[in-house]
Amino acid sequence: MSFSFTDEQTEFRSILRRFLAEKSPTTEVRRLMETEDGYDPDVWRQLSQDLGVTAIHIPEEYGGQGFGFVELAIVLEEMGRSLLCAPYFSTVVMAATAILNAGDEEQKRALLPPISAGKNRAALAFTEENGRWDSAGMAMTAKAVEDGYQLDGVKSFVLDGHTAELIVVLARAPGTAGDNGLSFFTVAGDADGLSRKRLQGVDDTRKLARLEFNGVSAQLLGSEGAAAALLTKTLDQAVTCLANEMVGGAEALREQALDYAQLRMQFGRTIASFQTMKHKSADMLIDVELAKSAAYYAAAAADGDHDGGEELGAMASLAKAGAAEAYMQTAIHTIQIHGGIGFTWDNDTHLWFKRAKSSEVFLGEPSYHRELMLQRWQG
Amino acid sequence: MSEINETEVLEEVRAWLEVNWDPNLSLVEWRNKLADSGWGMPAWPKEWYGRGLPDGMVSAIEEEFQKIGAIGVARAGIRMLAAATLLEHGSQMHKEKFLRRILTGEDTWCQLFSEPGSGSDLAGAVTRADLKDGKWIINGQKVWTTSAHHAQWGLLLARTDWDLPKHKGLSYFVLDMTQDAVDVQPLRQMNGHASFNQVFFTDAVIDPEYQVEGLGDGWKIATTTLMHERRGADGLRRWAMGTNRPERAYVEEREEIAHAMAPYKWYPQRMGRVDLVIERAKETGKYDDPVVRQEIAKLLTLAKSAEWTARRARAAAVLGRNQGPEGSIGKLAASHVARLGNHVHTMISGADAMLTGSDSSMDGVIAEILVSTPAISIAGGTDEIQRNIISERVLGMPKEPRNDTDRPFRDVPRNLIR
Repeated sequence: MSFSFTDEQTEFRSILRRFLAEKSPTTEVRRLMETEDGYDPDVWRQLSQDLGVTAIHIPEEYGGQGFGFVELAIVLEEMGRSLLCAPYFSTVVMAATAILNAGDEEQKRALLPPISAGKNRAALAFTEENGRWDSAGMAMTAKAVEDGYQLDGVKSFVLDGHTAELIVVLARAPGTAGDNGLSFFTVAGDADGLSRKRLQGVDDTRKLARLEFNGVSAQLLGSEGAAAALLTKTLDQAVTCLANEMVGGAEALREQALDYAQLRMQFGRTIASFQTMKHKSADMLIDVELAKSAAYYAAAAADGDHDGGEELGAMASLAKAGAAEAYMQTAIHTIQIHGGIGFTWDNDTHLWFKRAKSSEVFLGEPSYHRELMLQRWQG
Repeated sequence: MSEINETEVLEEVRAWLEVNWDPNLSLVEWRNKLADSGWGMPAWPKEWYGRGLPDGMVSAIEEEFQKIGAIGVARAGIRMLAAATLLEHGSQMHKEKFLRRILTGEDTWCQLFSEPGSGSDLAGAVTRADLKDGKWIINGQKVWTTSAHHAQWGLLLARTDWDLPKHKGLSYFVLDMTQDAVDVQPLRQMNGHASFNQVFFTDAVIDPEYQVEGLGDGWKIATTTLMHERRGADGLRRWAMGTNRPERAYVEEREEIAHAMAPYKWYPQRMGRVDLVIERAKETGKYDDPVVRQEIAKLLTLAKSAEWTARRARAAAVLGRNQGPEGSIGKLAASHVARLGNHVHTMISGADAMLTGSDSSMDGVIAEILVSTPAISIAGGTDEIQRNIISERVLGMPKEPRNDTDRPFRDVPRNLIR
């Protein structure tokens, strides 16, 4: 079990950090979050074609770079740090991972290369209006028809669902319930019978959509009825990535709060010289560092590098719950340290605060993951 | 000097052990051989029971000892802190008189630093040393003194000048603990154990040659002692293992360990015993309670994250990288784990959490957790001091203004509560 990054990984991180500092300053975040699509196609092209990060964890035979979740997690930590507005989590983390887990060889060869190359933006639609993150909560039906399947129902909280060109959808055979009868399907973003609406989000840097399917033609992805376990695996991996994205954001906030406290003068001293600020800052450091350790551990575990005897899903849920609490708490402290200005629209803190809030809930809020973690705990 | 070759050194120690190690020797006989050969403290200088080898070679040499089951020098208590301090600051006489008997285990030492009025603020010590008729006369009180009840010698920090600023008026002494003017009383803790002592001095006497370095050097030397405290803790862990073998040296070593460890049987409990939580919750049926499950999961998240953070710090150290913030937060993280562990064990135990001893779960172990975890947030630097250290040294935040370092110590406001 490795508890440190290699020199190559550290170098990769610093290249990304420089790129994102230049391309995703908060002026850009603010510009893009006001747009309908929520990303800059030019930056997306550079991310995929110059830096190759859309290909990072996709195997070479599907046009990818063949790295693992540790490297993917580095990308996400840096994107979380810079609040990058881009369809990365939806396309690479969720849709590509679902295709890797569920697709047959031919489908992977067809669907993954355009994602690797950044030419196809994709989304994973599984949650419905009941907001459940588990497979058993899915009601959408897939009826077998002559040349494929026909989907009927509603998907909601779909990350980048309104802009994705390819949608991976979870649906069940009519008359089935629970984990039975669930399959993955693929649908074109502009398919007939599919109406898509962007939802008004608290966090405008992360666009969510509601997708209504009325007799939409779909292709089966992988084997019929086999999706429940594969969705669980996909979500464990996605949750691990989200935890890493969150610790990146939390660390950015922690540093901003410290910088502000070192400059802000009150009562003839910097507020950083007051013990109450010092202790709060020390607590923030601990929260963030502990959450980072868990996020890194979960990423390594997703690549098969772990101490053994551990259920990987439990580690993913642990990392998610820990990162969610740490990110939210850090955001609250950061606003508090800024005082009144921290509650204004002009101050940037609320951008991360809102990302912390949407991340806390997305893919399951902390108490959900704590329960999941305990159900899967070993040892 | 020719380059030191680790392979040759290890061959040499193996050969020496082969000839000399004999488990039927008494511990003192064996350890005198270690002192004479230098293999007991290989990184110490050759003239003082060592071999002048680099620190980095010590663990490989110790492995050679372990391979054949050879016992090392005495390590119990704070004797290694005393040795390290005297090696660096002691006079020729101090080294001759004390070092060998520290290594053989014949003398036990204690550290007389903390006082009722100065815990975190150690430099505020008010135990006084006054020179009368050529002798130092000691009056005052020390506290939290491990092993004082069976120590022959104490490392004493005492005030010799009240007109200098606080850090400058302290001097450092070696005190004979066996004199009548030193009264050692056990200090009973809230968990009923008495792992430490309080020590009262009423005109205790120290001959001038037992002062370490000069007047006013006390704070500097105490800092050396404190710096070695962490290494001492590591040594203690290695040392405290023992074996069940029947030969004389092993029997004597087991007695030495049992004697030194007796006051600390409750130590694992003060950490919160996360390891017991799931098993206990299943026993009491609370494992099915969704509220308790949430708290258990919070505890496991915290404890695992703390463990992995410590391993990140160790991995960075092994690679020789600059230690990041992950290396500084372990102690505070342990406080959080212990506190939450207490909370969760209470939830799991229910009404049983009101009982102790043989009337309670696991023959009092759980009760001991419930009344011992506050120690973690205080011992070895309070949570508040840890936060100061982190904010100043890791985060680069300014120190708070002080009003105790720029004036004679006698003018510094002192405790209203004693």
